[in-house]
Amino acid sequence: MKVAITSTGNSLESKIDPRFGRCAYFVIYDTETKVSEFVENPNKNASNGAGPASVQLVADKGAKKIVSGEFGMKIKSILDSLSIQMIVMKDPQKSVQSIIDMLKQ
Amino acid sequence: MEERVLKNKNIKIAVASGKGGTGKTLLSTSLFSVLNKIYDNVYLVDCDAEEPNSGIFFNKSVINQQIVTQKVPVIDTDFCTFCGRCHDYCAYNAIFILPPAKIIKVIDELCHGCGACTVACNDNAIIEKDYELGMVTEFLLKNSSGKLIEARMKVGVMSPVNVIKDALKIAGNSGIILYDSPPGTSCPFIQTVTNADFVVLITEPTPFGLSDLKQSVETLKTMSKNYGVVINRAGLGDSKIYEYLESNNIPLLLEIPYNREIAVHYSKAEIAAEYMPDFKEKLIEMFEMIYKEYGNSSN
Repeated sequence: MKVAITSTGNSLESKIDPRFGRCAYFVIYDTETKVSEFVENPNKNASNGAGPASVQLVADKGAKKIVSGEFGMKIKSILDSLSIQMIVMKDPQKSVQSIIDMLKQ
Repeated sequence: MEERVLKNKNIKIAVASGKGGTGKTLLSTSLFSVLNKIYDNVYLVDCDAEEPNSGIFFNKSVINQQIVTQKVPVIDTDFCTFCGRCHDYCAYNAIFILPPAKIIKVIDELCHGCGACTVACNDNAIIEKDYELGMVTEFLLKNSSGKLIEARMKVGVMSPVNVIKDALKIAGNSGIILYDSPPGTSCPFIQTVTNADFVVLITEPTPFGLSDLKQSVETLKTMSKNYGVVINRAGLGDSKIYEYLESNNIPLLLEIPYNREIAVHYSKAEIAAEYMPDFKEKLIEMFEMIYKEYGNSSN
């Protein structure tokens, strides 16, 4: 299964990005192959609808779970209809690696 | 004869400011109240559709109410081929599409009603429905011909612009029309001042007041609008704003003193100018000055 993690940078040491739609990078982590793919978020500075556009991006990548600090109102119903689970991670000090470690357990 | 001339005054004045809380509503409701006692056909349009509050100062009754809508697309998935053209045309990310999963959704709140998706669709899969944006209410003031026209957007709608547009249309072009503008210098402000013959920028003599005044002035310059400045809470802060006005040849129309009495009346939803003859006199003077320069009589 693939999990999308919002990241402030493009390395595993980067901290989690607290925002979903306007995060700097998405890390698409595959729990089976253990491969992490970094995707720069093209919606970072979108004037409108960064949330739905970012859902489209991670859904295209096949993610079934998203780990981020916060999710906006507009995407809740879309995620529900796609059966994508939201996981809220409130600790902004967490690195992408430490979240992947938690997913492995 | 005198009265007949007065009855045909036509001018549209917007009261605006970059910074919030500088006295747009204080000034526009005061002007409205004072002018309404002198002239016929005086209208106040509350364009601050996100939180209209001019109405609380007046004794009034509703005479008309109109719902403001826009068209949003509805996609018929029986006809949709998931080609993605509508999504590509949408500048607002309002169409969500996942072709492999055959999922397509319109996010109504993000739609600006531009109609580009309908043009983009080659499969006749898009029809349009009405989406409620807000309401325009017309009030008649007790014992006068004065009207208050209030733009009020629905909570959760992205932009108040369409509601403001309808309120301006309802107010029309004849009579003395005052626009209580929304704060800031973005689309709602621009929509409001576009129609005006003259813009009164109200500010306060503080660094924030000056900074936001500069932004408002720059915006109005690009629109080639005529404008002047009212300084509210005069006596507060510093003199930088006066230096700015002077060096840029911007007319100072009026100073409203930093005065407890005004605040006390305002807090009780009273029109301070009705209790303060000096203030009232200055408002009338300011109006006549603006009218002489920028108004037009239908006579």
